[in-house]
Amino acid sequence: MAVTLEKIPGQEERVILSMGPQHPSTHGVLRLVLELEGETVVRALFDIGYLHTGFEKSFEALTYSQGITLTDRMDYLAPLSNNLGFCLAIEKLLGLEVPPRAQWTRVLLTELTRIQSHLVWLGTHALELGAMSVFLYCFREREDILRIFELVSGQRMMTSYFRVGGLALEPPLGWLRRVEKFVEMFPPRLEEYEGLLTRNPIWLKRTVGVGHISTEDAVALSLSGPSLRASGVKWDIRKAEPYSSYDKFQFNVPTRPEGDVYARYLVRMDEMRESLKIVRQAMEGMPGGPIKANAPHFVLPDRESMKTSIEALIYHFKLVTEGFHPPVGEVYQTIESPRGEIGFYIVSDGSPKPYRCHVRAPSFANLQTLLKIVEGHLLADVVACIASLDTVLGEVDR
Amino acid sequence: MGNILKEITNSATALAKGFSITFKTMLRPTVTENYPHQPPTFEDRYRGLHVLRRDENGLEKCVACFLCAAACPSNCIYIEAAENTAAHRISAAERYAKVYNIDYNRCIFCGYCVEACPCDAITHGHGFEISAYDTNALIYRKEQLLEPLPASAKK
Ligand code: SF4
Ligand code: SF4
Repeated sequence: MAVTLEKIPGQEERVILSMGPQHPSTHGVLRLVLELEGETVVRALFDIGYLHTGFEKSFEALTYSQGITLTDRMDYLAPLSNNLGFCLAIEKLLGLEVPPRAQWTRVLLTELTRIQSHLVWLGTHALELGAMSVFLYCFREREDILRIFELVSGQRMMTSYFRVGGLALEPPLGWLRRVEKFVEMFPPRLEEYEGLLTRNPIWLKRTVGVGHISTEDAVALSLSGPSLRASGVKWDIRKAEPYSSYDKFQFNVPTRPEGDVYARYLVRMDEMRESLKIVRQAMEGMPGGPIKANAPHFVLPDRESMKTSIEALIYHFKLVTEGFHPPVGEVYQTIESPRGEIGFYIVSDGSPKPYRCHVRAPSFANLQTLLKIVEGHLLADVVACIASLDTVLGEVDR
Repeated sequence: MGNILKEITNSATALAKGFSITFKTMLRPTVTENYPHQPPTFEDRYRGLHVLRRDENGLEKCVACFLCAAACPSNCIYIEAAENTAAHRISAAERYAKVYNIDYNRCIFCGYCVEACPCDAITHGHGFEISAYDTNALIYRKEQLLEPLPASAKK
């Protein structure tokens, strides 16, 4: 049944408008039903499910390590963050300790993921409000990050690079030089985006005071991520429940009190700077050592020993053909993805495939604030509101 | 009146600043790849179309152990094994893959098969232009996946 709004008796002159699912500004296939009084939105409803993929069910049919490939595709703008969340959950279940080098590399790559995800958000957000060149510049810089991902993992977007217990492959020699080049090139580019937008009167008119959400409402509607921090709540999982050695890195959590579209813009811009700081620290402090935990029952042996030791070869065969058997139990792990708090809840019955895997997707939870923030605004501002929440529909309809 | 003047100057400075950035960008070297007209560039590890490798004698490396098929999350590898004989030797080990199909309708280029293969028989090449009008054409046979015989091994 399609979602509709019933007309209120006595107010039949109001127009019920269906926006989407095929609308370029909805970042995927989101359908909104809006009741308009003139050009002002009085009520709104949304209709999701057009992109339903059944990821959560598919997890049950794949072994734990095969499931990593699904997490890439859920939030296709932050594949490595999702890889990390899923791997951390399984490692928690197994009680596996990940070597420092793998942890540092994971932090470095997920922070780059945050930057590239925010670049897509900035580019599309600006494009929808009429700034074409920002879009082109953002995608130019994003491509540099994607090339780094391709360099280490072999794929620009569907990386599947993290594995239970560490990384899939040894990063290639000299890859940090590529990261360094990016880190040096990026800050002036960030200034350029700010130069185009931050004080631009058109940008200010379209964003300041639009889509306001108060601190109380934001918390009550379980908003998370940069959108929550733009409403004045200093909540970041990297600080609150540090994972993957985030407690060893120095960075700030930018917040703004205003809670409008402009504040969400400023918070994300600052976040990119902070991420850059973390990347720099990870690069400089990159420890040596192995990239995988030494746990032959759960982690594939490295290729060298697989080819020279019969024992390692047997483990390799066993892991590939049937996977590993985790202890019976359940586990929940959240991390801070570019969109907010992403959590993986895994129930294990001791077999090599999860009994159930539920994902607490930040886009899904954040989307419910949309109805609140569009009310009373002009139809054209709905576009700005959707963009400012930065939802990915692949994650909403999982 | 004062307000309007202020707004005009504000807008003018913002415009000037914006245009200075776009003009500066015009003078920078282009980064766009001219793809259909020029070949695109890849990093070495790029996971493209698979290539089945041969050893230094021109024999196929694949020994039909089915590990790649077991590792594949999308179940797209189909193998039929057969025994090597002295007269008909395809691979250096006991068995070889008589049929080796990869269904590119399903393959997600995740690299799990490459990671699983104990003989380095299956690898990723850099090919990517596989679009076809017919889905049957996307099921690649062993003959399409095998790397050509090296010149040294040709009789
Ligand atoms: S790349 Fe992945 S999906 Fe494709 S054949 Fe290999 S394992 Fe299967
Ligand atoms: S390609 Fe490798 S993993 Fe697959 S059957 Fe052949 S030898 Fe085994």
